[in-house]
Amino acid sequence: MSDTVLSLDALTVRLPKGADRSHALSDVSLSVASNEILCVVGESGSGKSMMANAIMRLLPNEVTIERGRMMFDGRDLCAADPAEMREVRGAGIAMIFQEPMTALNPLRTIGDQIGEMFAIHTGLSKADIQARVRALLEDVRIPDPKAAAKAYPHELSGGQRQRAMIAMALALDPKLLIADEPTTALDVTTQAQILKLIRDLQQRKKTAVLFITHDFGVVAEIADRVVVMQHGAIVEQGAADTVLNDPQHAYTRQLIAAVPPLKAPPPRILSGKDILTIDGVSKTYRTGGFLGRGARVTEAVKNVSLRLPRGATLGIVGESGSGKSTLARCIVRLIDPDRGSVVLNGKNWAKLGREEIRRETRHIQMVFQDPFASLNPRRKAAELVAQGPIVHGADRASAIAEARQLFELVGLDPSAGDRFPHEFSGGQRQRIGLARALALKPDVLVADEPVSALDVSVQAQVLRLLAGLRQQLGLSIIFITHDLRVAAQICDLVAVMKDGAVVEQGLTSEVFGRPQHPYTQALLSAIPGGDFTRKRDALIA
Amino acid sequence: MRILSLAGRRLAASIPTLFLILIGVFLLLQLAPGDTVDALMAQMGGGDAATAQQLRKFYGLDLSVPAQLGNYLWHLVRLDLGFSSIYGKPVATVILERLPPTILLMTASLSFAFFFGLVFGVVAARGVNRWPDTLISTLGLIFYATPSFWFGLMAIVVFSVYLQWLPSGGFQDIGTVQTGIRGVLDIAAHLVLPTLTLGLIFLAIYLRIMRASMLEVLNLDFVRTARAKGLDETHVVTRHVLRNALLPMVTLIGLQAGTMLGGSVVVESVFSLPGLGRLAYESVVQRDLNTLLGIVFVSALLVIVVNFVVDLLYARLDPRIAAEG
Repeated sequence: MSDTVLSLDALTVRLPKGADRSHALSDVSLSVASNEILCVVGESGSGKSMMANAIMRLLPNEVTIERGRMMFDGRDLCAADPAEMREVRGAGIAMIFQEPMTALNPLRTIGDQIGEMFAIHTGLSKADIQARVRALLEDVRIPDPKAAAKAYPHELSGGQRQRAMIAMALALDPKLLIADEPTTALDVTTQAQILKLIRDLQQRKKTAVLFITHDFGVVAEIADRVVVMQHGAIVEQGAADTVLNDPQHAYTRQLIAAVPPLKAPPPRILSGKDILTIDGVSKTYRTGGFLGRGARVTEAVKNVSLRLPRGATLGIVGESGSGKSTLARCIVRLIDPDRGSVVLNGKNWAKLGREEIRRETRHIQMVFQDPFASLNPRRKAAELVAQGPIVHGADRASAIAEARQLFELVGLDPSAGDRFPHEFSGGQRQRIGLARALALKPDVLVADEPVSALDVSVQAQVLRLLAGLRQQLGLSIIFITHDLRVAAQICDLVAVMKDGAVVEQGLTSEVFGRPQHPYTQALLSAIPGGDFTRKRDALIA
Repeated sequence: MRILSLAGRRLAASIPTLFLILIGVFLLLQLAPGDTVDALMAQMGGGDAATAQQLRKFYGLDLSVPAQLGNYLWHLVRLDLGFSSIYGKPVATVILERLPPTILLMTASLSFAFFFGLVFGVVAARGVNRWPDTLISTLGLIFYATPSFWFGLMAIVVFSVYLQWLPSGGFQDIGTVQTGIRGVLDIAAHLVLPTLTLGLIFLAIYLRIMRASMLEVLNLDFVRTARAKGLDETHVVTRHVLRNALLPMVTLIGLQAGTMLGGSVVVESVFSLPGLGRLAYESVVQRDLNTLLGIVFVSALLVIVVNFVVDLLYARLDPRIAAEG
């Protein structure tokens, strides 16, 4: 085994009074050796990001290291003074973050921000720095490195920004690279590329990598060793193969089991009658431009035709920018499609007037992605759910009473109606969102990435709930997601979108089992940990 | 280039606004009882109705309101601001005489407020909820809550009457008119108290905005990135936080240019500065419609120019603006 770069010894980090637990980390001991990737896995709140910040000594003011040692390069980082710490940061230990958009200063060029690494830690001349920056950008395989160095962060795509972040982190050949969910905010194909890049660079430079993630798929893809964390403590650690194939701790097993299988369940019998038919829907955005000059035209949705049989679930999958959310908003008429028809219960939604839409909107309801942002924080949960029926003419008392019944239906305590949204967890909030949509007894539910913001185990619960409700209420669902594994689990039919057009559609088992279009094939092969899941699925079957 | 065309378009869009303002003010003043001739007659010590009639005819005041308005706008299009019957000079001359003190006062107070607001805002944000922050925030609140005329009067009492350090009013020493560097110093000495008086209120606003926006930016992810690079706190602030935090401040300058002109009416009156603000006040009292409209026109121009500069500055500071267009 190679030499240890960083070792944590009984690291304990105290949270301020009033937090939901007293310690963010308790007695965490682990070590990372050079030329290995150690994955730290856990759900949100497990303390994995807190650990990364503790190693960098970048904890928020009220959070303190209570005891323990962090040995790096022959010294204890817990005892290092600020000046020593600044020398370590960037040069000894570098970090990449989850959101490449916000992690870069929007007002300075990429080249300038990467160059700053050299300016801080070395005495290189400006010309030397420029040359080094160029070389780094070539290293991370950014298209057109010269232009990228001069670009501002908003001028690059998410994947390119993350490449720039990696270039910055690796500028001074640090001994340890901490990557805090570096691919979570990226599309699946970009994610696969970035993971490969990190792997390649790590092997070439023999860097030690501490890779933080919540996704066991990513772990299967990249890890040499794995540390599983729960509530601030390590519950299991070992070689990646061992932990993945023979997990010892119950929590690890639960996490691995929660990774949705890639294979679709056997198809259900679908009704021959369509409840919703979408025919030739198009939506084009025009931005900017003065008197037609310099206008940017984006064809968000191009001539999309889909059918939703009664009681079925139609999945719309695609990467960000593929137009799936725009399509969803066209279907519920939050935005007006330019062309095409959306026929629900014999009425063409694309042509209804504003007033009619308001009246008819109870037949089709939407569930949104972010359970935190989509609920008014100043209103009680029951009121939020009852709001729809009240607007449509129900009297207040009975609407509230019905809301409480809905709470039971979605698996919440009926008494929870008196609480405010912030008093619920993410999964519970998404249940409120569901109850809110169901309050109007819709025929069709349009769910836009309803589980993307949730932890895997919570995700599984919400998906089970949706499947149950579908059965119980005879709902037809349009389910929009970027996550093919989620789509495989719940959808009867699936449509793959790319650049605003549907490239492939059909029964889920067929599309995923025998993908015809190269883009679908690329999407499926880019799923992190695909091999691992397929192997596991085969074992189960 | 994109930025220029963007700002140019904004500039063109403000021309209709300018005319609307002028028409509005014109009509509003028609509602006030009395006109220039009444004021003139009062100054002369009264006169008979025939003289008044004659004067009205001379100044074109006997025409219908729409005709008067049309006349005025037609002159304005040819850049003629009209003739002030009270001062006996063209309005443009009257305003030009009064413009320098106001512009000086505004620039000085704005720079003062901006600079110290920035510095104190940064200091307060760095020591948030500790004593420097509490002290600065409390002082800011006091400045903001105190009426400026009271500040002005107290400043005169303390610095001019009691300590006798600075002159109590006026723009220049009338007794001994000085030239060259001494003249400049003389004007500067006269402007210290008015600048402070007018600036303090704005200082309080800038300080609060700067503090809030610093705190917000300090919490952003890229600041964490900067720290993770090994940058020390001072450089984190100067290289990454400051420019981002400045954006709301710059917006505020544009918005407040108008408020500042309004504030200068009070301050110029307290310090008897011969500026635009006082001229406006006098014109209202004397029903000198032409001069008043001229002042409104020039003030509106000033505000538009300031906003134009702010637009350019903003686009320079934030590369995202030029891209979005």
